[in-house]
Amino acid sequence: MSGKETKRKVGIKELSPIDVYKLLPRTNCKVCGEENCMAFATKVVNREVPIEKCSPILAKEFEKAYSQLKEMLKPAVKEVVIGVGDRAVKVGGKLVMYRHELTYFNPTAIAIDVTDEMADEEILSRIKRTEQFKFEYIGQTLKLDMMAVRSTSNNPEKFKETVKKVAQNTSLPLILCSLNPSILKAGLEAIPKARPLLYAATTENWQEMAELALAYNCPLTVFAPNNLKTLKSLAKTLIEYGVSDLVLDPGTFPDEGLAETLNNFTMLRRVACKRGDEVLGFPLIGVPMTAWMAKGEAPEEVVKWREACLAGMFIVHFADILIMHNVDGWALLPNVILRQNIYTDPRKPVAVEPGLRVFGNPDENAPVMFTTNFALTYYTVASDIENAKVNAYLLVVDTEGIAVDSAVAGRKLTAEKVAEAIKASGIENKVKHRKLIIPGKAARLSGEIEELSGWQVLVGPRDSSEIPAFLQKKWQNL
Amino acid sequence: MSKTEKEEQALGLKFNSRLLELLAKLQEVELEDFEMEVGDLELWIQPGAVAAPVAVPQKFAPPLKAKPAKIIEVEFVPPVETYPGKVVEVKLGATKSEGGTRGESIVIGGETTPAFYTFEKPMPHRPVIAIDVFDMKVPLPKAVKTHVKDVMEDPAAWAKLAVEKFGADLLTVHLISVDPLVKNASPKEAVKTVEEVAQAVDVPLIIGGCGDPKKDADVFEAVAETFAGERFLISSVTRDMDVERCAKFIKKYGHVALSFTPMDLNLARELNRILYDFLPKEDIVMDLTTAALGYGLDYAFTNMERARLAALMGDPELAHPMSSGTTNAWAAREAWLEMAPEWEPRELRGPLWEVLTASTLLLAGVDLFMMMHPAAVKTLKDIIGQLLGGSVGNAERIVEWVSMKV
Repeated sequence: MSGKETKRKVGIKELSPIDVYKLLPRTNCKVCGEENCMAFATKVVNREVPIEKCSPILAKEFEKAYSQLKEMLKPAVKEVVIGVGDRAVKVGGKLVMYRHELTYFNPTAIAIDVTDEMADEEILSRIKRTEQFKFEYIGQTLKLDMMAVRSTSNNPEKFKETVKKVAQNTSLPLILCSLNPSILKAGLEAIPKARPLLYAATTENWQEMAELALAYNCPLTVFAPNNLKTLKSLAKTLIEYGVSDLVLDPGTFPDEGLAETLNNFTMLRRVACKRGDEVLGFPLIGVPMTAWMAKGEAPEEVVKWREACLAGMFIVHFADILIMHNVDGWALLPNVILRQNIYTDPRKPVAVEPGLRVFGNPDENAPVMFTTNFALTYYTVASDIENAKVNAYLLVVDTEGIAVDSAVAGRKLTAEKVAEAIKASGIENKVKHRKLIIPGKAARLSGEIEELSGWQVLVGPRDSSEIPAFLQKKWQNL
Repeated sequence: MSKTEKEEQALGLKFNSRLLELLAKLQEVELEDFEMEVGDLELWIQPGAVAAPVAVPQKFAPPLKAKPAKIIEVEFVPPVETYPGKVVEVKLGATKSEGGTRGESIVIGGETTPAFYTFEKPMPHRPVIAIDVFDMKVPLPKAVKTHVKDVMEDPAAWAKLAVEKFGADLLTVHLISVDPLVKNASPKEAVKTVEEVAQAVDVPLIIGGCGDPKKDADVFEAVAETFAGERFLISSVTRDMDVERCAKFIKKYGHVALSFTPMDLNLARELNRILYDFLPKEDIVMDLTTAALGYGLDYAFTNMERARLAALMGDPELAHPMSSGTTNAWAAREAWLEMAPEWEPRELRGPLWEVLTASTLLLAGVDLFMMMHPAAVKTLKDIIGQLLGGSVGNAERIVEWVSMKV
């Protein structure tokens, strides 16, 4: 490792807000919206705001400080942009190896392949299915991200035509796949300004691929299956050649060699994030569709299943891009949800919308309960109420996504908040009684809630699984 | 191994054979509705993600240095770390010579590196899979029920099916019927169920309770005493139970405690500390709670990954093998619900849900999986086998994916 690499602040934890603060204008001008420069520096270190939100730092006089800050804040894995315009996809940009160390940025981009020997209808249908893949999940639309165009014909004209056709029918960013530089060149001639990802430079073709990447300003994949020394040598060479945006493929072995595949991904991510290796600090691409190489006589469903399993492991273990063949929803849905889960910010508790929820068909005598808006608490309580098949109201109180016991302890759940939530929900017009069942773990707020809301409090169970029994015993005998 | 099997293996189809049978069975599935119901999806508030400024593709600037004419050879040094901590090894089940009646005992744990970082050290023990068996008919997802419908009221037959056909390494006997709110079966009846299962199969057993802290302790004590020396995993000991009492009878009768806590490492440490007063570390496995894919798997994953890394960094209170109730994957409605045609068939979507929940936690360091769907069990076993097999991929052949005709 060179001296330069070791001098860099390796790992997010080593960068303190003071490091950033020292380079800021330190005028506490509040242009960024923060109270002072120190508060801003803290947010910058946590990657909650980009440094550019400090507009004074962009002035000529701070030019040097700004470039130092950019260097300092540079992610361990470079962020690479594929495509142009609104639908350009950012990949990489990882600051940490493990998500609990901060959070992961830029969810794994999923590309679906087409080839230059597929019939037109098949190409169009695959594009359509990719474009139309949408799943609404906790307020987000989960989608697929790119198309990969592969040359199976090894015929430049054919490839050029196919790339043109694909580009005419979708604005999704493309990955152009062939190990033959003249094929990729033909493809690039069809879309000279689209900035596709080129796949791939190898020990055989790297020089010509580098020229293409430079001429068309494209990111370039480096492919050295199961040989990290070669992969690193190639990356080093291409950087020296002037290609600044690389993507690394250490090879995806779908069965024999799966262990090495995961090891390679882990080692690459570790040298980038923990050892400050800039030569290998690039996004990683996994190719679950190699599962189709071992297809043999197996039914397609089985290969799709296998491909989906590989994708799942890659999403967890460090892949920034995946190329897949199957477009069936049953196989892709669990994977896009897994991707969403792994890429949520672990620093922020996941919360549900506060407000009133209705279960079954409650009448004016129906029980009224409350819980917090911590997502897991909410879903547990909601599922217990549903399973009990009772008609009831559940008031979700905003505790900033904190669970009941912690919220009571941390004053995020107070009698004031409960009283306000009762008023705001309009529940007083829906039921004629004034009896509120509160979580057992919030028992100590009973008196205060009664005082502030005017409702009578019944202390419910400590665990929502006992709600059915509680309602049967306590509510019906009232 | 038969000739066909060898050929299949050579073709990379070993993984697939069982699945083929299972898929064939899907044709037989009757169209009855699944009984369990889970709440509607609510909108989760999005954490305020901050958009980094859109990076503008850099304009090509000619390099100052001459372009290299050949590959610059550099070394790659594998980033191997050493860790001060080690996960304890826990033995589940006892053979005749060890004081029990099981055919084989199973050792889990013992890791000195993160899960499957085999470039550092080999995994000391293979992660294992227990299949769930219930002591009474319970609502099950249709995709699962298809495979067990004939044995659902016969725990012994269910056990045999799970071990002999589905390849379970261990079994979890869920004593649901002892629940005062269900059948309120007596500890004696529970012992009888366990007896039947223990007679039917000789794999190590996990004894699951009903969730009532008082009743479970009574049932566990009766089972522990009757099967003294068997090293059953008692699932589970929780903070709301009489921990001291449970730990004492587990120790006295030679079993293993599953220390179960709700997704909080401090609570896990705290419960383990209490157990240490009565039990050696080698008698404790921990369960940090498994949430389903889509319903908090991110919490479960990170919690387990952190626990394992902490253990390797020398935190003794988290240095226990980890168990996961992976069956919880089926709590996700998307695992079993009939959805719009583009997401069907659910007979494949469901078990895949369980596999991805499992494989995610496998990479976080789980040593023991409690699972349900036979295809999910088979797939996870094959994945583990491949990750530990150490077979080398063919680098020359893999290059061909780029121009492969599918």
